[in-house]
Amino acid sequence: MIYRTLFPRNMFAELDRLQRDLAQAFEFSPSIRGAVRGGFPGINVGNTQKSVEVYVFVPGVEPGNLDVQLEKGVLTIAGERSDPLPASDGGKVTAHINERFSGRFRRVIALPDDINPDAVEAGYRDGVLHISIPRREAALPRRITIQ
Amino acid sequence: MTTQVQAKPEPEVQVADSSLLPPVDVAEDAAGITLYADLPGVPKERLKLQVEAQTLTIEGDLQLEVPEGTEAVHAEIGSPRFKRVFTLSRELDSEKVSADFNQGVLKVRIPKVAHAQPRKVSIRVE
Repeated sequence: MIYRTLFPRNMFAELDRLQRDLAQAFEFSPSIRGAVRGGFPGINVGNTQKSVEVYVFVPGVEPGNLDVQLEKGVLTIAGERSDPLPASDGGKVTAHINERFSGRFRRVIALPDDINPDAVEAGYRDGVLHISIPRREAALPRRITIQ
Repeated sequence: MTTQVQAKPEPEVQVADSSLLPPVDVAEDAAGITLYADLPGVPKERLKLQVEAQTLTIEGDLQLEVPEGTEAVHAEIGSPRFKRVFTLSRELDSEKVSADFNQGVLKVRIPKVAHAQPRKVSIRVE
């Protein structure tokens, strides 16, 4: 699975990515799903006491064209993004820079065990898909009173 | 199973200007240039597009609805700012730049000045 880098020609980002790629190649037991970073779409994950918040950066993709599934604690986000650049078949348009991702994409992330898969909420705004997965009540931290 | 979500915090790369470079597509046709840029999470009012002295600057601030007390465990979009600068060439008409921003994708159209529009150059063979 080779993706185009998310932030091109940023030397530090490239070095960072190279370092990660190397780290992965030499890692004793890498993640079973391979590289976690650098693909399309970019993903940020945050934890709160009550939920797991997932932000998927999918600019230019209609929410209706996104397929989000949660099964056995694994969240899958799939979809397709079209290429605005014309195919290079001798047309009158020249593509000078072509960095944006186009085509089909699919990303998979494993979620913690204490989530409640029946109460997932998802929203789309400004090209960002926000998925909020609450934790199970029993998993919330409770203060224990001492008798 | 939870290794990806509960990943160890990785050392941040320190860059003086920590804004992210949005990826772009640039296409040219006979009448001008069209640029597409990915700026996900930037609301319309936080996008700044500026053309000044042959320089096109795209800047945007990321705004996400993050619940209080959120602890970042995995961040691929590691900066809340996007910025990218392009140098325009002289045949482009910087007065007539038009832009459209929808679902995190910015589309900028820069037409060529009238006298730079294509003319067929005839080659005389003697």
